[in-house]
Amino acid sequence: MKFVEEYRDGAACRALAAAIRRKVTRPWSLMEVCGGQTHAIVRFGLDELLPREVGLIHGPGCPVCVTPVALIDQALAIAARPGVVFCSFGDMLRVPGSTEDLLSVKSRGADVRAVYSPLDALALARELPGREVVFFAVGFETTAPANALAVAQARREGLRNFSVLVSQVRVPPALEAILASPRRRVDALLAAGHVCSVMGTAEYLPLAARHRIPIVVTAFEPVDLLQGILLAVSQLEEGRAEVENQYARLVKAEGNRPAQRLMAEVFEVVDRTWRGIGSIPASGFGLREAYADFDAGRRFGVAALGGAESPDCQSGLVLQGLLKPMQCPAFGGACTPDHPLGATMVSGEGACAAYYRYRRFEPAETP
Amino acid sequence: MTADPLALACPRPLRHDTVQLAHGGGGRLMKELLEGLFLPALGADPAALHDSAVLEAGGARLAFTTDGFVVHPRAFPGGDLGELAIYGTVNDLAMAGAEPLALSTAFILEEGLPFAELAPLVASMKTAADRCGVRLVTGDTKVVDRGKADGVFITTAGLGLVPAGVAVHPRRVRPGDAVLVSGDLGRHGIAVLSVRDGLRFETPVVSDCGPVHHLVAALLAAGLDLHCLRDPTRGGLASVLNEIALAAGVAVEVEEARVPVDGAVLGACEILGLDPLYVACEGRLVAFLPEAEVPRALAALRAFPEGAGAAAIGRVTEGPAGRVALRTTLGTSRLLDLLSGEQLPRIC
Repeated sequence: MKFVEEYRDGAACRALAAAIRRKVTRPWSLMEVCGGQTHAIVRFGLDELLPREVGLIHGPGCPVCVTPVALIDQALAIAARPGVVFCSFGDMLRVPGSTEDLLSVKSRGADVRAVYSPLDALALARELPGREVVFFAVGFETTAPANALAVAQARREGLRNFSVLVSQVRVPPALEAILASPRRRVDALLAAGHVCSVMGTAEYLPLAARHRIPIVVTAFEPVDLLQGILLAVSQLEEGRAEVENQYARLVKAEGNRPAQRLMAEVFEVVDRTWRGIGSIPASGFGLREAYADFDAGRRFGVAALGGAESPDCQSGLVLQGLLKPMQCPAFGGACTPDHPLGATMVSGEGACAAYYRYRRFEPAETP
Repeated sequence: MTADPLALACPRPLRHDTVQLAHGGGGRLMKELLEGLFLPALGADPAALHDSAVLEAGGARLAFTTDGFVVHPRAFPGGDLGELAIYGTVNDLAMAGAEPLALSTAFILEEGLPFAELAPLVASMKTAADRCGVRLVTGDTKVVDRGKADGVFITTAGLGLVPAGVAVHPRRVRPGDAVLVSGDLGRHGIAVLSVRDGLRFETPVVSDCGPVHHLVAALLAAGLDLHCLRDPTRGGLASVLNEIALAAGVAVEVEEARVPVDGAVLGACEILGLDPLYVACEGRLVAFLPEAEVPRALAALRAFPEGAGAAAIGRVTEGPAGRVALRTTLGTSRLLDLLSGEQLPRIC
């Protein structure tokens, strides 16, 4: 398939892996920030191609995984209301709140629908004027423009039966929290390519400078990831700490300006709680006061609802790169994709689910 | 005595209080429903599970199977519910190596269903049955209140004759067997998804919906020692391989580069975050047979237009039992696990 096969070419991958082997002289830990990158690394077995010195740590960039239990409980409460059509991206449907997931609420009669875009939910709101259509606006900076567009459009059209439950998070503050931690184990970052295609690279310059860490904006295919790793390892070996762009075919330094304007119009920066990690200042978006009418949390009076995480789930450590999934005592026993304790086991992009699906028969590494 | 709730118990307790959609998804939850409720309650033997049961009667060996059809929407590029109801059951008979003899059908109709929607489905059933050379010999009709069913549900059952000397069953799969597919994978699932969810692709994907019994007949006529056959419907190739690996107590290795997937299907899967190896086919078969017979099997399949894309994609190894691994195009390796239910499209 054009523009995919080229980036999955075995010879190109082996050549890049050889270049990494030639470059590396000592152990380094690289964190790939995005869940899509984690998924690709495990799906294609890229870590098998790397020299022992290069360790990969899976970062917090899975929006499904970091959505807090409290927000999922709010989603469950809203979805269970009569007259509500609750729309969500498919992979949020199986994520457990404190007691159950959206699919369970659906099986008891709630109208829960998987959609591919917030604009599909908007179209439903137009089609069903007698129903309340709610969209679960989850994601990083990548999904924020489309979610903002849906809200702005709803206001323009005067659609009164459409609202969004916002769980929108920002990458740089989470990276700041990880890099500032006294337990930091990360030597370089592979930043999330799609997030940067929206936001550009400027936000990462102060992070790289302050923490003396190489940051390579990296895409999601095997050739991309290995090239990103090569760039990061080269910086480390040469004592540099710069922001580099591996994903130049899509990411511009200034990002996508119209998308940024739309986001700024609808959203403001707020503090957010990350599932398994806790509250991080300025790490998310919330609706601006001018758009408060479209806030599902307010409309349905559920904003105060909040549940707690399973005490046995260590996804917070996994999301910060402090624990590998198979080192968790619950992995594969008390916690499986059918009976997940935490969201990293549910989402296809979650590190625990990726290891369960692709690596279960291998012995656990020692910490 | 131990009171450990995780200690092995039989039957295994079901983890949900109510039926979830995933219980019908061909994955792990469905396995739980079978092993936790149906098989113990009905006194059935889990080891005997196959696409068709084989019964001995009066010196003949009869294959017997049944299937319910509930696809939404009822028509999709390349087929409709009526055709599926015939091919699905004919193919299940074929998976036991049987020649189809006769089918039964039962309709559950929803009050208010326009005849203009029902008639084309019935006409499709007739055309499909004629194409398979099989007759519909008995049937039943029920009508339920409006809102109690999704228009029309069709159930068919089939009876087939297993030729002498043919024994096609998961327990015959052994290390050293090769794994073949009769054509490219994932067309049906993507074709249905594209109309169900109003997705438009530049290149439309047409379902592979069709019979495979003639392919099986050709393999048998070539004198091949077919150990096992399975049609990769719900849950796709990956689920079939997991079922067989578990049932036969073997491991399976698949070469990703050899698995035929059409470019349009691959593209749709990339966009939606789906893995084509888990997407349903309705006109393909997976065959297990001795490695040495691969060239003759491929030649027999490729003699038919619908077998033109046949390929040897992997092999059976000693174990660990139930492990299905994929050798990627990069030469690395990963598991092909059984999913819990149907795949969910990813956020980004």
